[in-house]
Amino acid sequence: MTKPLEGILVLDFSQFLSGPSASLRLADLGARVIKIEQPNTGDICRELYISHVEMNGESSIFHAINRNKQSYQVDLKDEAQRSKVYELIKKADVVMHNFRPGVVDRLGIDYETVARLNPAVVYGEISGYGKDGPWKDKAGQDLVVQAISGLTYLSGNNGAGPVPMGIAIVDMLAGIHLAQGILSCLVRKGNTGEGGLIEVSMLESIMELQFESVTTYHMDGGEPTERTKTSNAHPYLGAPYGIYPTKDGYMALAMGSIPVLGELMSCDELLRFESFESWYDERDEIKDILSGHLKTQHTQHWLDILEPADIWCADVMNWDRLLDQEAFKVLDMIQEVNMSDGYKYDTTRCPIRINDELLTSAIGTPKLGEHNDVIEKEFL
Amino acid sequence: MSKKLPLEGITVLEFAQFMAGPSAGLKMADLGANVIKIERPGSGEAGRKIAIKNLFIGPDSLVFHTINRNKRSYSANLKDPNDLAKIKEMIKQADVMTHNFRPGVMEKIGLDYETVKQINSGIIYGDVLGYGDKGPWAKKPGQDLLIQSLSGICYLTGNKDDNPTPMGLAASDMFTGGHLVQGILAALIKKQKTGEGSRVSVSLLESTMDMQFESLTAYVNNGKKMSNRAAKGNAQAFLGAPYGIYETADSHVAIAMKPLSELADAMEVSLPVAFQSVESWFGSRDAIMEWLQETFTSKTTEEWISKLETKQIWCGPVYNYDQILNHEGYQVLKMDQEVETSDGDKVKTTRCPIRIDGSRIFSRKSAPKTGEDNEAIEKEFNLN
Repeated sequence: MTKPLEGILVLDFSQFLSGPSASLRLADLGARVIKIEQPNTGDICRELYISHVEMNGESSIFHAINRNKQSYQVDLKDEAQRSKVYELIKKADVVMHNFRPGVVDRLGIDYETVARLNPAVVYGEISGYGKDGPWKDKAGQDLVVQAISGLTYLSGNNGAGPVPMGIAIVDMLAGIHLAQGILSCLVRKGNTGEGGLIEVSMLESIMELQFESVTTYHMDGGEPTERTKTSNAHPYLGAPYGIYPTKDGYMALAMGSIPVLGELMSCDELLRFESFESWYDERDEIKDILSGHLKTQHTQHWLDILEPADIWCADVMNWDRLLDQEAFKVLDMIQEVNMSDGYKYDTTRCPIRINDELLTSAIGTPKLGEHNDVIEKEFL
Repeated sequence: MSKKLPLEGITVLEFAQFMAGPSAGLKMADLGANVIKIERPGSGEAGRKIAIKNLFIGPDSLVFHTINRNKRSYSANLKDPNDLAKIKEMIKQADVMTHNFRPGVMEKIGLDYETVKQINSGIIYGDVLGYGDKGPWAKKPGQDLLIQSLSGICYLTGNKDDNPTPMGLAASDMFTGGHLVQGILAALIKKQKTGEGSRVSVSLLESTMDMQFESLTAYVNNGKKMSNRAAKGNAQAFLGAPYGIYETADSHVAIAMKPLSELADAMEVSLPVAFQSVESWFGSRDAIMEWLQETFTSKTTEEWISKLETKQIWCGPVYNYDQILNHEGYQVLKMDQEVETSDGDKVKTTRCPIRIDGSRIFSRKSAPKTGEDNEAIEKEFNLN
């Protein structure tokens, strides 16, 4: 298959997760991505041993994010090396970074400079908190932005205190938005020949993710976020929305009519919640009743009753169970990739399919500066 | 002269409902596309009735309004041959169409990709599925919480002894919608070069696995050994101490990754011998976090932050909506905007988070009523 972005050259000056997750997506869609890495350490994420899992001498996180890319190591503070980068910039379709505001000016790769070298360039950047205001120089880090953004009062039960989401959701979301902006400007470039500038900040991205609840805050006069006492899954939705313990595990119930649930599950106490409004207004009580009732039988017992009635419900699985499921295996979600030194590892593939084909790539992460020779020969 | 929005001139027909598909349509609309929701006459798409906090604007739920602003609506009964003929004429002139019906539904209507390709070979056809189109789960309902529950992600959030804890918003939907936009735009770029259209498919389950790619990669390369969530203040199951949230004298503080030795120096406490090895930062994570917690209780959040930030520790306060939405650091972003319905109802909501060519993207256009734009659209597409 010809991948859709074949022929697109991306120079990626970013590190950690937000920017590199965007360039990983561009790479999987067919672009050629060259990581421009700083002298000595390269992308700091190579050595960020925050996880206990080390893979081929580098962090597992780095390997998850930077496969399918090339590495060009260069010292931008050195005049001669910088001019090589400028030659690359002239040939690139996309230039991207996630430095704090001001750093690119010192490195000589700010938008104005890059656009002078290459007027049709599509230039993308991610900051933590935008370029103005009291937080512009603050480090944009996933957990810190989650904490500031109000997000930690959405998950977990009432009384649990702040509960962050256990993934780097802000980084990944800012990466998604950056890739969307870059791709949209490439579409425009195809039509008009013009380049473009895309700016994304982690804080804006995570506020947009909360657009339902932020809009609600404006609408209801700023009432505090109220998670349910038990089985909270979304503080702004009524019962039954949540995860409940059963006799042998857990199950999830999404939206549905409470009296209908009561009848299907032979739970008479639920029948009196007739009005739609009561499912939100009395959700703590409804969830209590549900919890007591669901505990009396195994998960499968309930699914066998509810699924045929088209009630939105599901088992709750961990990875051990999920990865064993036929339904997961048919997705071919895990792929093996190879590094140039023969090291192989398993990781996820791109989640997008084009014309029913998977976007896979067997190329693993590059060693620091692995492609300096190839790139210099080809472009310089 | 300022440049046009990047997707100006692109027409998108959105057959999708609820959240994932419509969130993709919203992003394309904000980036300049002409997005037309195709809805059944009368009741319109089912998402109009999904209420959060029982809040409605006119007949439609507030959440429908947040996700469908900046779009137009064309109502048509896809089972009526006359209406279907009109829809096919619109498809002939469109660049993109999206839907999130379960596998088989579009075939029954006669708008599956193979049929649509005969009408418009250059169309980009986006499907949003729950679990992909084959396998035992293919026809199960694809809904955000259900996908979160099956995907393993509920064992990443919350503390060790908590029940599986879902993320408290429709994160799977939103990421899936984000991936759909990426695939569609990439396919548009390909079309510019080759003239060929494409089918772009995403599913909630695949996208939710992608969200977990960091930890999942650690898991599959570590003999499938799951990491427990931290006992208290958990923020990432596969990360060692100090990563997490701690109580302070007056509220909470978030502490990101940092060598424990440097954090202890910055906090002006001495690191116990047992916690000096790098291995202990993951292996003894719960004990370390408990030890850190005792110290964090001694000062206020603000005192800690001013102390730690000067030592390059990544940290921050933990805010609720009152605190963040009224903070100068948020307000300077101008992230809110007001939209207005054709009835004059005003809704304050968020804007597109992507800035293009140095400008924020605002649009005052609200969500449409069902079929609100039929007349104008019939004229534009010459349907009569």
